[in-house]
Amino acid sequence: MQTVKMVVTGPFNAGKTAFIQAVSEIDVVSTERKISSEAERIKETTTVAMDFGRITVDDDLVLYLFGTPGQKRFDFMWEILSEGMLGFIVIVDSARPETFREAKSILETFRAYAPTPYVVAANKQDMPDAWDVEDLRIALRIDSKIKLLPCVAPDKESVKAILLELLYSILEEMNEK
Amino acid sequence: MALKGNLRDFSVTQLLNLINLARKTGTLTIEGPTEAAWVSFRDGKLIYAQLGNEDGTLVGILLRGGLVSARQARAIKTHASDKNDKELGLLLINAGYLVQQSILASIRQYFLDIVYKLFNWGEGFFRFDAGVLPPEGRITIRLNLENIIIEGSRRMREWEKLKDEVPNLEMALDFVERPGANIRDVNLNVEEWKVVSYVNPKNTIAQIAKANQMNDLEIRRVVYGLLHAGLVEVVRPDGMPIPARVKQFKPIDEGQRVSLVNRLIQRIRSL
Repeated sequence: MQTVKMVVTGPFNAGKTAFIQAVSEIDVVSTERKISSEAERIKETTTVAMDFGRITVDDDLVLYLFGTPGQKRFDFMWEILSEGMLGFIVIVDSARPETFREAKSILETFRAYAPTPYVVAANKQDMPDAWDVEDLRIALRIDSKIKLLPCVAPDKESVKAILLELLYSILEEMNEK
Repeated sequence: MALKGNLRDFSVTQLLNLINLARKTGTLTIEGPTEAAWVSFRDGKLIYAQLGNEDGTLVGILLRGGLVSARQARAIKTHASDKNDKELGLLLINAGYLVQQSILASIRQYFLDIVYKLFNWGEGFFRFDAGVLPPEGRITIRLNLENIIIEGSRRMREWEKLKDEVPNLEMALDFVERPGANIRDVNLNVEEWKVVSYVNPKNTIAQIAKANQMNDLEIRRVVYGLLHAGLVEVVRPDGMPIPARVKQFKPIDEGQRVSLVNRLIQRIRSL
């Protein structure tokens, strides 16, 4: 059995768990805990170790989706989770500009861990305060060669589109070699 | 009561504020993560600072400040080894080599650099010895602590922000390949040009800083500006090993990888 993995990362409350839940064939194995910090009490629970989703391709191949914990104090998990990944997706909450700096920092950190292809998902594009994708590109200083895609994480089709774009990027990179 | 403790519980900012408000006289010793520092105060004013094994003598300070060359510093040390800093300062002024203002400005800057560095020490033990003053013969000054605390706090905030933006100095820089981006069209200052001249995936940011004699804050400040201007990007340095992959995700050859990715694409399309 061949197994491959992709990592879904991004700041706290960006929508990583919802992203994996949208396409995983199993209930996402989630290590969520009630949030203790007042400053981070935007939602009731958060991922403290990792989320874990699965897509079975065929008898010989399984894709695992690993979601990283969003809170900075759990960043020791990131390097472990990034080992051996096929590619990664950085989820950005388009409606919370206060998280953009952290999103950029996470992106740079993962780029440093492994030179694998990645895409950036501008999540929560259905929200009224969401920043336009191209404005986000400037705010996050993302190179025009990197795919920055609109996303609504609970929407399966939206998540599929992001995963496909990452896979196309991986194929393109292979063809360039 | 002994004024001693850990910087985790009582920060440098809080210590300086206490010394200022209580108009204390004495020497604060801080044992940081890698070196120690000694800062002396008289009536709540900063008068002297010394960091680790740095040459904090007048000659060392003048050399660091660019007021004397390395050759001149060696000559002074050889010919005036029996003189303390005060005597040496007077000698240099009377001989017309330097003026008093430039000597004092150099000392002031040296002391301030040390104290500002301490603001970034989050770990370490401190002890305040009341009444203990610098060795006789050392030149002291008098600086109000209020401005130092304000500037140090500002630098600390800047430092934290810069550390977030440029977290890893072992990474390298490369020029961004962007249509219309031309480094020659941009007005860079001397510091920025110095850094730009070393931009190459072979050089880590730490190596560029060392070559330009910049400290961590200075190099981060310049790199931050260049990144925000879209002129450079952070890249993995040439030759830096790629992290080993875990065993359960077996390495596969290129042909297999293409087939594997195509199978993944088909599957996700069908979801």
